[in-house]
Amino acid sequence: MERIRERVIQIYGNLVSLLQKCIFCILSVGPIPNHIAFIMDGNRRFTKKCKLMEGAGHKIGFSALMSMLKYCYEFGVRYVTVYAFSIENFKRSPEEVQSLMDLMLEKIEEILKEQSIVNRYGVRVIFSGNLKLLSEPVRLAAERAMLATAKNSMAVLSICVAYTSTNEIMHAVQESCEEKWDEITLLNSSGAGYGLISLGGYEQDEMDHLIKLTDIEKHMYMAAAPDPDIIIRTSGETRLSNFLLWQSANCYLYLPSVLWPEIGFRQFLWAILNFQQIHFYLDKQRKQS
Amino acid sequence: MLSLRFAIPTANTLTPPKTKPKPGLVVQTAWNQTDLFPSLPKRYDYKLQAATTDLSVEGDIPAEEVVELPAELRRELMPKHVAVIMDGNGRWARQRGLATSAGHEAGVKALRELIELCCQWGIQVLTVFAFSYENWIRPRVEVDFLMSLFERALKSEVESFSRGGIRISVIGDSTKLPTSLQKLINEVEETTKHNSRLQLIVAVSYSGKYDVVQACRSIAEKAKDGQIQLDDINESLIEQELETNCTEHPYPDLLIRTSGELRVSNFLLWQLAYTELFFAQELWPDFRKDEFVDALSSYQQRQRRYGGRH
Repeated sequence: MERIRERVIQIYGNLVSLLQKCIFCILSVGPIPNHIAFIMDGNRRFTKKCKLMEGAGHKIGFSALMSMLKYCYEFGVRYVTVYAFSIENFKRSPEEVQSLMDLMLEKIEEILKEQSIVNRYGVRVIFSGNLKLLSEPVRLAAERAMLATAKNSMAVLSICVAYTSTNEIMHAVQESCEEKWDEITLLNSSGAGYGLISLGGYEQDEMDHLIKLTDIEKHMYMAAAPDPDIIIRTSGETRLSNFLLWQSANCYLYLPSVLWPEIGFRQFLWAILNFQQIHFYLDKQRKQS
Repeated sequence: MLSLRFAIPTANTLTPPKTKPKPGLVVQTAWNQTDLFPSLPKRYDYKLQAATTDLSVEGDIPAEEVVELPAELRRELMPKHVAVIMDGNGRWARQRGLATSAGHEAGVKALRELIELCCQWGIQVLTVFAFSYENWIRPRVEVDFLMSLFERALKSEVESFSRGGIRISVIGDSTKLPTSLQKLINEVEETTKHNSRLQLIVAVSYSGKYDVVQACRSIAEKAKDGQIQLDDINESLIEQELETNCTEHPYPDLLIRTSGELRVSNFLLWQLAYTELFFAQELWPDFRKDEFVDALSSYQQRQRRYGGRH
């Protein structure tokens, strides 16, 4: 009896998988988003709603993340970014922060295993953010994961930890200024600058030419990925919470009211359909900006 | 090619439709001087006079009166800074078979009403996205019309703004604007700079990314002059250099975007870090008091945590 039940579940699973593959085939007639970003909001509310133990919501949220990644990579989305931990989240209670760090450590070890999703789909993992703010073991694990997956080239997963967009922009501004400063100093020391710094520096126009939009963009933590096509934030909150502010200038915002652990194929499908509907208009906007 | 087709003038008046208008509805506009901005009566039901070439104001913003808030709103939860992306003028005009210019004129009226409501309800800063840096690629005729609309609106409103205690600031790359408009902007900013009831920030030729780039350049300039060290660069330094440094509350609490589009479109990127977003389905000229009340009451029900746990 037990075996028959298992077999039925297996057949049902295969059918669902086949159906999903068919739907992806049909959808891929239209434009496929290159980059999807997720704000995984609602884990704690899910824990409260289902009356679970502390931290269970985050664990279920992690398996929801794995299914969403599977849908993305099966469908052909090359870049996926997830907002795992904001710099502002350090303000939470030390117990919660510690349990999140432990969860992250555990999951980083998991994704490095043979059968994990990362190896199955050839995913390069990048940790974006101010990694110096993380504790030593987490930072080392993150660097190990980045090194281990550096050769993968089919897809990219950016995990934003210790990240806020304002911090990212500030860091990029700092790096750009330092880079230009070094350039000027180099010019001067080699004599080619004609002592421009000591004479009072460049004219305003020339200064304008020194720092450009592209200079700032190349120093962003997220420089390895193109701008997102869709940002999905669950739990019905309609705000960006300091995530990808710079990169979301012309991006479609999909804000379903389900909590993150409840997200499924239906929401993914809906996001893609809506994206395809407005894709042509957004593409034109982007080319003109 | 877009042509500025002004309808034949008759003495007709428009009632703003609450629901979507039926297709094929053609509306005549009146071109004689009319009472353009009547002060709002108690009951929300008023006649909208159509655009004229003279946008002079006969109804004033009431100065310093204590107005009762609608029942759903609470004064202590009002946002300090509201930002608005005024999207949908073109579509509104097309739905009524009018020229795009009529849509923009109707948009100005809706804005006027919003400014009055903000004054009455204690909102301190209102930022509006009038013209994006990306909008320069629109047809020349439309761009020229918009520039002349800004000039006319500014000229006609400066008096009533002064009386109503409204301070105007303009942000964006003003070098691309016509010189007459640039001069007018400087004058208006100077005239109204001591007003304190409401600060109206108009973003013209503005791009959020450009704002950050120019902040970066001025920081680099300061570093070059030795005023700051590169190590001193932090988030509040950048915040001080952004164009929104003209106000005490540079971060909007609420962003409203009309016409149902679900994106930010390069407006105030840095400043929107923790802003509550509200996407309204109505087109901008149809965004009136009721819709604004909906947006505010949605805002007042939200729990803002800024990354922490409440």
